[in-house]
Amino acid sequence: MTEIERHDFDVVVIGAGGAGLRAAIEARELGKRTAVVCKSLFGKAHTVMAEGGIAASMGNVNSRDSWQVHFRDTMRGGKFLNNWRMAELHAKEAPQRVWELETYGALFDRTKDGKISQRNFGGHQYPRLAHVGDRTGLELIRTLQQKIVSLQQEDFDQCGDYEANLTVFAECVITDLLKDGDAIAGALGYWRETGRFIRFDAPAVVLATGGIGKAFKVTSNSWEYTGDGHALALRCGAALINMEFVQFHPTGMVWPPSVKGILVTESVRGDGGVLRNSDQDRFMFGYIPDVFKDQYATSEQEADRWYDDPDNNRRPPELLPRDEVARAINSEVKAGRGSPHGGVFLDVSTRLPAETVKKRLPSMYHQFKELADVDITTEPMEVGPTCHYMMGGVEVDPDTAAASVPGLFAAGEVAGGMHGSNRLGGNSLSDLLVFGRRAGLGAATYVDTLGSRRPLVRLADVEAAAQRAISPFRADTDGDIAESAYLLHQELQQAMNDLVGIIRKADEMELALKKLGELRRRADHVAVEGHRQFNPGWHLALDLRNMIAVSECVARAALARAESRGGHTRDDYPEMDPEWRHVLLRCTQDADGDVRVERTMQIPMRADLVDLFELDELKKYFTADEIPEGTD
Amino acid sequence: MGTQRRFRIWRGDTDGGDFVDFDVEVNDGEVVLDVIHRLQATQAPDLAVRWNCKAGKCGSCSAEVNGRPRLLCMTRMSTLPPHQPVTVTPMRTFPVIRDLVTDVSYNYQKAREIQAFLPPKGVQPGEYRMQQVDVERSQEFRKCIECFLCQNTCHVIRDHEDNKAHFSGPRFLMRIAELDMHPLDAADEEGVDRKRAAQDEHGLGFCNITKCCTEVCPEHIKITDNALIPMKERVVSLRFDPLARLLRRDRR
Repeated sequence: MTEIERHDFDVVVIGAGGAGLRAAIEARELGKRTAVVCKSLFGKAHTVMAEGGIAASMGNVNSRDSWQVHFRDTMRGGKFLNNWRMAELHAKEAPQRVWELETYGALFDRTKDGKISQRNFGGHQYPRLAHVGDRTGLELIRTLQQKIVSLQQEDFDQCGDYEANLTVFAECVITDLLKDGDAIAGALGYWRETGRFIRFDAPAVVLATGGIGKAFKVTSNSWEYTGDGHALALRCGAALINMEFVQFHPTGMVWPPSVKGILVTESVRGDGGVLRNSDQDRFMFGYIPDVFKDQYATSEQEADRWYDDPDNNRRPPELLPRDEVARAINSEVKAGRGSPHGGVFLDVSTRLPAETVKKRLPSMYHQFKELADVDITTEPMEVGPTCHYMMGGVEVDPDTAAASVPGLFAAGEVAGGMHGSNRLGGNSLSDLLVFGRRAGLGAATYVDTLGSRRPLVRLADVEAAAQRAISPFRADTDGDIAESAYLLHQELQQAMNDLVGIIRKADEMELALKKLGELRRRADHVAVEGHRQFNPGWHLALDLRNMIAVSECVARAALARAESRGGHTRDDYPEMDPEWRHVLLRCTQDADGDVRVERTMQIPMRADLVDLFELDELKKYFTADEIPEGTD
Repeated sequence: MGTQRRFRIWRGDTDGGDFVDFDVEVNDGEVVLDVIHRLQATQAPDLAVRWNCKAGKCGSCSAEVNGRPRLLCMTRMSTLPPHQPVTVTPMRTFPVIRDLVTDVSYNYQKAREIQAFLPPKGVQPGEYRMQQVDVERSQEFRKCIECFLCQNTCHVIRDHEDNKAHFSGPRFLMRIAELDMHPLDAADEEGVDRKRAAQDEHGLGFCNITKCCTEVCPEHIKITDNALIPMKERVVSLRFDPLARLLRRDRR
């Protein structure tokens, strides 16, 4: 084998979205030589697509907001399955992380008194989302990208080298993590441009690779979301939790077919948009679940009054957490009350003046105008559920973001626990910042503890990983036909969409697992044409293995969880079961690549956090044993 | 419901290349990127194209369709002339890597050479106060998705490779304007003259405001009118920029 390009770093961050960049900034500011490795160009990560805002209880619009209220909303949104310590850290630290962005140069929309403006969103009791129109993710990514540049400029001023301490490896894909005994020692990847391998020797790796949406047919996610970090973690011995919880965003575009799944921001509803079925009925009033009965308006009049007088009225049910709204839309369409292209109507045109729509929702206005010939200031949009977010991910220590494998850290969507069974809108961008920073800090601290005793990469492991990566170029088909990565990907997406989608049944998931087993075998026979230079067929062949492994976790965990909760809805177990609330399903992979699921118990919530809730509310979620002593 | 269309796609690498014709099915409502993906899945599995979000938000899939700089994901097939082949070529201003993928590293180098935001000293995080009206000018420029179509179309570098060393292009001149208009940027206090840097280090004077950049911007940012012209007007030294001098004279 020819000589492989090699680099030594203290910390390697995989992924250049919000979590990865924030982790890299932290590690670099703590003096660690840091690499950011990303599949796309720098500044193109999926974070760029976030629209609505960053949730942080700054209290700029309603001073009653506080971290305690944000914590409560987050736990309710996740149906109390969240890792409560993560939810606590998140709620407490989000404001600092947002304010910090202003010191990097971010320009959020402002309140009248010059503070950061905050908007309403589903599941959030008060206006809480810092935003820039409906392009908040772009602002976040650009701000962090520019902060990275400013750190590089500091290094340039000091030593004449922009990349002395912080280097971005763009369009570079990590295919395997390398270990020394139990601990992380480095990573192997390839340059997309040349197809040549690149080896990183580093004692700490931060996974910040985002989600898995490309395993589903209808998704709001970009091509990068192939579960790479989830699969890397599995393959190197870490565990994934909450993999059965997949968020289907209630409002994706449904027409034309080529744009099906593209996100329609929740801000449309936060700013006054309403959902109607083909009978022109605001159907969400019929879908307020028992646990939320006290917090949502029961009449259109009350709901409409709320926008101007939120203190004396309850919120409109269009602003229920995403899982509730997505299921409601699904039911309406199934009952034959859908829109012409199989969605429902989302209307802002009769609710806000055209100029206000264009000002507050400029991207939505353009998106519909240019892709669907729909003018959202004069007519309703057609929307339906789209696979949007993976609640499940690497099991981590809340405070340090450390996975069970020494030297491995994870933050953002690839980490599990924070959002429980369902994420609230706006809690993702804040998650990226809070836990991105903590992962950078955790990795830097870990590196310090090692001193000079760093794990070593073994050449044999590098060669094995390299062979694994180039195997599609000389596929061993055992006499079977050579498979196409594109077609296998389509089959996977169809199977996951149809069989492990928004509503699930045992027999369908068993079918899915059979299909996934078949796809796994066939994926070994994928043959790639051409050479290694920027070859999308090869890239997909490698991503496909990750998607299949992660999909198997989703299907196995979903089959095991015999209840409905948040982003996991079972047709055969439609109720939420308190006995399942404290159960975490933990997925690991054995040497043969088979996925195992085991039950573990959630650590009971700390007493002072339990006290933030009314007992009557806790009783809806907790078992009798879990209700604190000394109460009726 | 599909119709057959002919696609003429430039394929090649650093050693050169040529157009390759494909006949391919096109369905109602599709964009050019959908058709490229269909070609990958059915006829040309190694056809290289850069893309990410397919929703016009990331700015990755920049190329030229029928000679016009466009995002492939936002170019609907229905907007193209129906009875002629659709030609797709890589951005001309940047070196080809393979097929439709170009080496855009020039842009990242230029980005690095612009002094970053300088936070105001003594203002703590959480204490930043700015009025909406004051942030809006810079916010318009921050809508930029860095598709680099403006860079690609700007004739200063499109046809003159030599100018690249001295000219940062509309995207990055706009970045300087954005920082210059940021209400709390502490450049003045730190002794950084952003306008002079725009002129002396980033080649603002090369721009002769033909507005080609504005025309191709998928975010409809008025790059020339709102960023470049105001900055030209405010540049202290006008010695090397006859056009700005002319502008100023006209206003007198």
